[in-house]
Amino acid sequence: MAHSMAAKAEYNYDIIKRFAAMAMVWGVLGMFVGFYAASELAFPFLNFDSQYITFGRLRPVHTTLVIFGFGGSALFATSYYIVQRTCQARLHGDGMANFTFWGWQVSVALGVMSYMLGYTQAREYAEFEWPIDLLITVTWVIYLYVFVMTIRKRSQPHIYVANWFFIAFILATALLHVFNNLAMPVSLMGMKSYSLFSGVQDAMTQWWYGHNAVGFFLTAAFLGMMYYFVPKQAGRPIYSYRLSVIHFWALVFLYMWVGGHHLHWTALPDWTSTLAATFSIILLMPSWGGMINGIMTMSGAWDKLRTDPIMRFLIVSLSFYGMSTFEGPMMALKSVNALSHYTDWTIGHVHSGALGWVAMVSFGSFYHMVPKLYNTKMYSEKLIFTHFWLATIGIVLYITAMWTSGIGQGLILRAFDSYGNLAYTFVESVSYLHGPYVTRAIGGFLFVTGAAIMAYNLYMTAKQGKREAAEAAAAAA
Amino acid sequence: MKHDKIEKNLGLLMLFTMVVISIGGLVEIVPLFHINDTIEKVDGVRPYTPLELRGRDIYQREGCYLCHSQMIRPFRDEALRYGHYSLAAESKYDHPFQWGSKRTGPDLARVGGKYSNEWQVQHLKAPRSVVPESIMPNYPWLLENDLDFSDMADRMRALKKVGVPYSESKAEYEANVKEFGQDVAEMLDIQKAQENLIKQAQTGNYDGDATRITEMEAMVAYLQMLGTLVDFSQYDEGHFVQFR
Repeated sequence: MAHSMAAKAEYNYDIIKRFAAMAMVWGVLGMFVGFYAASELAFPFLNFDSQYITFGRLRPVHTTLVIFGFGGSALFATSYYIVQRTCQARLHGDGMANFTFWGWQVSVALGVMSYMLGYTQAREYAEFEWPIDLLITVTWVIYLYVFVMTIRKRSQPHIYVANWFFIAFILATALLHVFNNLAMPVSLMGMKSYSLFSGVQDAMTQWWYGHNAVGFFLTAAFLGMMYYFVPKQAGRPIYSYRLSVIHFWALVFLYMWVGGHHLHWTALPDWTSTLAATFSIILLMPSWGGMINGIMTMSGAWDKLRTDPIMRFLIVSLSFYGMSTFEGPMMALKSVNALSHYTDWTIGHVHSGALGWVAMVSFGSFYHMVPKLYNTKMYSEKLIFTHFWLATIGIVLYITAMWTSGIGQGLILRAFDSYGNLAYTFVESVSYLHGPYVTRAIGGFLFVTGAAIMAYNLYMTAKQGKREAAEAAAAAA
Repeated sequence: MKHDKIEKNLGLLMLFTMVVISIGGLVEIVPLFHINDTIEKVDGVRPYTPLELRGRDIYQREGCYLCHSQMIRPFRDEALRYGHYSLAAESKYDHPFQWGSKRTGPDLARVGGKYSNEWQVQHLKAPRSVVPESIMPNYPWLLENDLDFSDMADRMRALKKVGVPYSESKAEYEANVKEFGQDVAEMLDIQKAQENLIKQAQTGNYDGDATRITEMEAMVAYLQMLGTLVDFSQYDEGHFVQFR
């Protein structure tokens, strides 16, 4: 009893438990919305003539729930866990930490409701209208403050490498969020606003933001997660400290240049998109630096893959990270992009990163972290294996379906007959998409089913941990 | 300097990180505001009329940009399918831009005038009644909802603040007459916002219902003007290539 009281005072675990729980709630909900939106594309009657659930309104609901609801809450949870454990210091300011929890959850909830009601900035991954953007900004500044103050309380001189990535993620996200959301409200009492920039400058600002939502929110921060949980779970130190130094600086420098590859062959000037393509290709190196550093940490412990399902999640996530960071630079080549842009290949690419890398590394980290938070073991190891296979098969179905529809549609639309006329009408390419769209929905369904099983498993683990603590307390008394 | 120093000093770590993440945006975005040939000089591009602007608002509200692009690339198949590739000038009054990133449906940058108003209304109401293979949702409420244009002037004022030349003073109006001609300048006058909207709706009767002004009216008015502003026949072949 005395020991657990001491642990309680040492670290703030309550805030982590709450963020972790909300990550699972938003995750399962957001993945289900994704599955439903995917089904609408396969079977359009599912729109049910309701203005609240058309594909156009559900798509930002899906992306916001999974990126900011699931991904964001998972990052808050793990970064608060990692910063406390690696600095051996209690999280600074309980009240401020609580504010980041409520600020973030309210933003996500208000955001998705407002999209269904038709309030959106119409900027991908930045659809939140201006009042919610302001709330996010305040929450984020407090997050930075809590994080920085906790690092300042560290008990050893070195700042652990995972925390560099979290710091870069918090700073970059602040910069991107502020500049991409500059807008003029129509009135102070209404939600509607118009963006400060227009046309080509607006497009470049948006994709500078958009690709770095991937680069910092969905990559740098999750690398922070990786740098803590992979060595912990493997029971081995990071493969190369020097590699982590080099790939950290290269990654944070290069990512900010590559957004223009979303605008190849558009009215964006050639010099900008060529620069973006060049940096995208160079970016392969630091990306693979991170992947190699993670995977090689396993050397000497590869046998764990046979027995440890958590290790499987982590290693498969790094493999998908390597795969999609190869695919990305390839798609940033102008000649490849001419075919892939505007098609489902992009959607497939995003999901090999988002499901394969981001979600899998979060799953692995949660399976490691949650039992520690409740001072117990996972409720069921068998269910972790079940989850692993559902998730992996789901991703593979999803990605292959999107390669088929994306490359197929690209080829159909550029096909000519022997007289030099277009070989197909546009709508013929739409008919072609049906098969891949059904397959994709099935893949998504498997993935969300796995996540729901995980949520159940974590819930039972928490319950078990609380019961054991109560029993121990009773025995001590 | 040894890296060790940065690893032990949080202030230094944050400072260097800030510098390193700022460079990309500074080099790639800031010049776009200052290099003159980023946006081509062309005749015909003008801000949206009040009715078109409300149509564009609804286009965003429904998330149309998630399945339709408004950016034609300089490829032969796109030229045959959609027309001349898009110019930067054509979206210079677009706050926000709506170039899109996905074509589940076709590009709409030059859809204006391609179909009749009747076709557009029927297609928005029930896409599969005119294109059986379509997977687009039905938008019946566009015909049911009356268009709210009570805050039309506020919307134009907000856009004026971010640089769109809607006019409020006499001088601004005169400048617009010089730039766009009398007829267009008239439509850009914030004082006459509601009046102009009603007039365009009644003359155009885009939704086929002369008794009401519906959301469909604004949406179709917007779609029918997309890509129609620049008369490409007045430029030499290859004229725009110098900007790329």
